[in-house]
Amino acid sequence: MSAVMITRKVRKWEKLPGKNTFCCDGRVMMARQKGIFYLTLFLIVGTCSLFFAFECPYLAVHLSPAIPVFAVLLFLFVMAMLLRTSFSDPGVLPRALPEEANFIEMEIEAANGNVPSGQRPPPRIRNVQINNQIVKLKYCYTCKIFRPPRASHCSICDNCVDRFDHHCPWVGNCVGKRNYRYFYLFTLTLSLLTIYIFAFNIVHVVMRSVDSGFLKTLKETPGTVLEMLVCFFTLWSMVGLTGFHTYLISLNQTTNEDIKGSWSGKNRGQNPYSHKNIIKNCCEVLCGPTYPSVLDRRGLMREDSPAFAASEGPCSLDNPVAQTTKTTAPLIPNEHTPDDVKPSIAASAEKSPSPKEDQSPAPKIPPLASPETDVETSIAKNH
Amino acid sequence: MKGFFPTSTDGNMATEFHNLQELRHSASLANKVFIQRDYSEGTTCRFQTKFPSELESRIERTLFEDTVKTLNNFYAEAEKIGGQSYLEGCLACATAYLIFLCMETRYEKVLKKIAKYIQEQNEKIYAPRGLLITDPIERGMRVIEISIYEDRGSSGSSSGSSSVSDSTAR
Repeated sequence: MSAVMITRKVRKWEKLPGKNTFCCDGRVMMARQKGIFYLTLFLIVGTCSLFFAFECPYLAVHLSPAIPVFAVLLFLFVMAMLLRTSFSDPGVLPRALPEEANFIEMEIEAANGNVPSGQRPPPRIRNVQINNQIVKLKYCYTCKIFRPPRASHCSICDNCVDRFDHHCPWVGNCVGKRNYRYFYLFTLTLSLLTIYIFAFNIVHVVMRSVDSGFLKTLKETPGTVLEMLVCFFTLWSMVGLTGFHTYLISLNQTTNEDIKGSWSGKNRGQNPYSHKNIIKNCCEVLCGPTYPSVLDRRGLMREDSPAFAASEGPCSLDNPVAQTTKTTAPLIPNEHTPDDVKPSIAASAEKSPSPKEDQSPAPKIPPLASPETDVETSIAKNH
Repeated sequence: MKGFFPTSTDGNMATEFHNLQELRHSASLANKVFIQRDYSEGTTCRFQTKFPSELESRIERTLFEDTVKTLNNFYAEAEKIGGQSYLEGCLACATAYLIFLCMETRYEKVLKKIAKYIQEQNEKIYAPRGLLITDPIERGMRVIEISIYEDRGSSGSSSGSSSVSDSTAR
């Protein structure tokens, strides 16, 4: 049975694993649950509309026209930051392709040596030294990679995100390396906007009350009460959040690290990523380079994509096990490496007859989490 | 151990793979080597310059190290935090980052340079030796993937070996 040739151009975002939703043909990337994001939008747009409708005409006339103008600019900036945070790629790390996953598996097998049956294999950890500090890199079973330092797997979006901060339901996306500064500016400017609206609400009510009386004022501008209610509660949470993130930025820490207590308590003062200087830390996080997305959402899926090549070419990866085990990444025997395996890491080059029996590493690999790519390989097989 | 790669054809390979297209058509993929990231200086993008053993018979150590060092320099240039990055950051912030709709970021400019450099290296140095470097950005900036190609005519032994393709295409 031959597969029908699909002539429609398929973009890469359609085949990306993970639980993201994409809009505008891959230009927009968000999490699946967007309900709270719509609430955020509604609250901001709603409150500002009320402000422009009720307060601004009065204040423009009685105080200064600059007040609504500045409010508009602030509102536009807040919206721009919110949309930028919500719609951009937070720094998702693509999953390893089959060959890379196999390569890493074989390195792990070599490092662990022969685990006696019945015993659990040691945890998959790679130690690296960053600025004289040992950092443990954990293996991600979903993405089949050793996570880079500061990366973490978001279970809601089912992706590994670089410099993972947290998953924010209010913006409907993860906050990571690429959109952290937009998130921070969003919290900062939203705090300012909230304070601004709250302050001018009070000014407006006071000024009007002087002319008409307090109760009559509230009857004339009912929106004011609603605005003040929303602003009051928003203010405390937003100012608190902004303060918290300012603290994190000055120490060059992520929310994730803070929650886990990676660099606090007995590890205090050992953060290897911090420049030990508040200004430098702030500059790095806020004024650092704008990192590109490595996802290539809008690229076209090629006929000879790596998923194809893996099934067609005679990739004899099992045979050179002996050679690939002694490879590029220096396998530092860590605390979990059994002592009898450490000398064999060096001597693994001599193990050439064993790869024939070691066919098992390949079938032991759990099925790849992207059934979509398997469709292409099965089409290739059917031809 | 080295018998996997038929050594007798080493001399012929340079004449057979003189451009990338011919490499893909006349050769078959034998193996891939992945150069990992070097995190010793933090989370900035750097790759290890350690020479993998699979390439020992294929390319000179110095050429390989030069390639990786040049790539590391490019990435360091892209991620440099200094006067220019501050200016770019502040200007972009002042325009609510709308300026990126019409302007290319410095990082993107350097990535284009890197792509050009890799293509040049592939054409001049790696393809004639039956190797192909994949741009790290296509692998999530995690690894530099170097594909090792085997001449189709002389690779009777390699195609007969275990078909890992079934296990990888699950």
